[in-house]
Amino acid sequence: MASSDGPDRASPGRGSLYGGLPDAGSPGLAPQLVRFIDELRREGVKVGSAEILDAVGALGEVSWTEREDFRETLAATLAKSQEDRRIFELVFDRFFFRAVEAEAVEKGLKEQRFQGGDRIDLEDLKARIQEAIRQGRDGEMSDLARLAVAALGGQGESSGVIGVDVQRIRRSLDLRQQSSRTDDPAMEVELDRENLRRFEQHLRRELERALIHRTESLPPAKPLAEYDRALPGGPLQDLAQVHRVVAQLKRRIATSGHEQRGRRRSRAIDMRRTMRASLETGGVPLRLRYRPKRPRRPEIYVLCDVSTSVTSASVFFLSVLHALHDTFRKLRSFAFVERIDEVTSIFERERSFKAVSQKIAREAGVADVSGYTDYGRVWHEFLARVSDDLDPRSTVIVLGDARTNGRDPAAPIFGQVAARAGRTFWLNPEPRLYWNYGDSVMATYEPYCDGVFECWTTKQLEQFVNVIAGSPEIV
Amino acid sequence: MIAGSNDSNPASLEEVREGLAGAGYLPSESATLVSYLAYRLGKPVLVEGPAGVGKTELAKALSRFTGRSLVRLQCYEGLDEAKALYEWNYRKQLLRIQTEAAGTGWEDVQEDIFSEDFLMARPLLTAISTTEPVVLLIDEIDKTDQEFEAMLLEVLSDFQISIPELGVVEATTHPLVLLTSNNTRELTEALKRRCLYLWLDYPDAERELEIVRLHVPELPEMLSRKLVEIVHMVRGLDLKKPPSIAESIDWARALLLLGASDIDRTTFEQTMSIVVKHRTDLDVVAERVAVRLEDGVLGRAGQS
Repeated sequence: MASSDGPDRASPGRGSLYGGLPDAGSPGLAPQLVRFIDELRREGVKVGSAEILDAVGALGEVSWTEREDFRETLAATLAKSQEDRRIFELVFDRFFFRAVEAEAVEKGLKEQRFQGGDRIDLEDLKARIQEAIRQGRDGEMSDLARLAVAALGGQGESSGVIGVDVQRIRRSLDLRQQSSRTDDPAMEVELDRENLRRFEQHLRRELERALIHRTESLPPAKPLAEYDRALPGGPLQDLAQVHRVVAQLKRRIATSGHEQRGRRRSRAIDMRRTMRASLETGGVPLRLRYRPKRPRRPEIYVLCDVSTSVTSASVFFLSVLHALHDTFRKLRSFAFVERIDEVTSIFERERSFKAVSQKIAREAGVADVSGYTDYGRVWHEFLARVSDDLDPRSTVIVLGDARTNGRDPAAPIFGQVAARAGRTFWLNPEPRLYWNYGDSVMATYEPYCDGVFECWTTKQLEQFVNVIAGSPEIV
Repeated sequence: MIAGSNDSNPASLEEVREGLAGAGYLPSESATLVSYLAYRLGKPVLVEGPAGVGKTELAKALSRFTGRSLVRLQCYEGLDEAKALYEWNYRKQLLRIQTEAAGTGWEDVQEDIFSEDFLMARPLLTAISTTEPVVLLIDEIDKTDQEFEAMLLEVLSDFQISIPELGVVEATTHPLVLLTSNNTRELTEALKRRCLYLWLDYPDAERELEIVRLHVPELPEMLSRKLVEIVHMVRGLDLKKPPSIAESIDWARALLLLGASDIDRTTFEQTMSIVVKHRTDLDVVAERVAVRLEDGVLGRAGQS
């Protein structure tokens, strides 16, 4: 393959295109690329060494003078999902911007800063920037951002915090993002959100560049979250972890059916297909054909406690619910605090987890006065609502801590629910040690359940799902 | 890598772009680049994106452009080796045994019936064993299970298939492989590692306009522009199934057939079932878009 000699052929001549960091070891693209990939890995993108070889090979096939081609080539070989792609874009911008600036600082290169900031006609600039953003022309936006920084980002006015400066300049330029309602056709400044965001990025970069030129040193690399506010940071990252595990579970549930079907004994013989198959062997039924076991699509009812006492757990539970909804078609979910409400339709309508949890908080009428869980009332309401639908094939799963806040647990009513349903499981987010202490009444409910599980980590969830998906007689 | 596979290889990005356009497909920048890389590097491409952005169409266009024939493997739940790779032709084997004169040793017969004559090639084997290079489309790979993915790995990285009774069938020509996925489940890392990745999204208004005009050139430009504008607005709504590019084209054709001179509220309401195909979606669209057609908010860009 011609591409295999890509790095050797390419690196000596063109390696300095994107410059090197001051502490760069050997010059050339390959080490630079490895450093870039290292940075990608640190942000959580999984890049294997086979992919590095691919990237290098692919770079041998495209022109390096086109920034877009260069970036797309790396992206196609390194970022293998949409999420990775987003991180890739941010890291790419950060890495190569810093590489160029580092080179400039090291070599003592300084560009002539535009000095005539006072002479710029602000009104004219405003109009041109708005036009550029409306058209979405990237190069022009970048140039105009530089002008805007020259005109408005003077050292005297600078707050020293880039984020603040960006917003200040944006305000002085009268840039407003497109409002969702366009009732007012006379409104002049109506800008596409995405383009405006890109312009802000240009502004940010120009301000950073100006700062580097003033201080003649490179500030430490900032976390990606500061570059793009849509990127989750902090606690949301945990949620992503939950989702990843749940996605794996989903895959396991979805694919586990097949192997079981193969191994299971006592299957029914399909006479018609056996006879037909026997024609191939001269009428002797050598190969038996079995009726395929249809994977049972059980009807599942999930009741999820969303009260404050289980706040941390309910985020976890909701994401589990979210994932389950993708897997089981006959899944009905309910959320409860003092009262219970069906939230199935919300899960069916909304694809993103964030929207789901917001909608549940806003739309479902689950809290009444006190905001404390009232299990007794919940069982009454649940039974009244679904008693006709519950049958021996249905499974009820309760996600809750069984803390009644001193109210009547109404265990017999729960018993009725459990009796009507085929199976009943209880997942408790508290460690088993704390059960039945304080107002926890787990023991009163436990006899009615086919299984109670302590469940507040993805691992415990996995165990539970293995029980549910693994043994065919349960569901 | 493999002799004889370079004859139809495009030499430059431009060539790919023009070639695809000539085949009735207007590719985005990244689609052009990744297709080009796929040719040059001989790597499979994993194409992901929402339904109806032209993932399958890209494979078809590539096959038209390079003059290679298209071998398509449509994936579905429960797809197995016998339907994807190869199967022994039992009937033929049986006949062969029956017609065998008595006294022929088992060794001879066995050697005979497990030969290529008795092998039924399924899409993957076909794609590998042909003498002419082909475009292999593995459609909706996310519909199969993980085991099938694992089976694909040998085909995708080494372009060979091991048949226990026969040995290893190696590719004589290098197929261009496209895998598409609607992202309904996460694919395995192993599979992703072997592929180039291409994310296709709905095109922006300008490119979609070009696409519509390429396929339905008879429709007046003003009308096409307005149509694209409306489709984009419909996609912006929270729908169960947003309209695909193919549906925009269908709608344009329908408007042409009806001889519509403008998309006003009546025309829209009569024809919107072409782009919106869910009961609840219809209501949302009627409420949010049709109303705006009346007061002339839409289509100004086209008229000015």
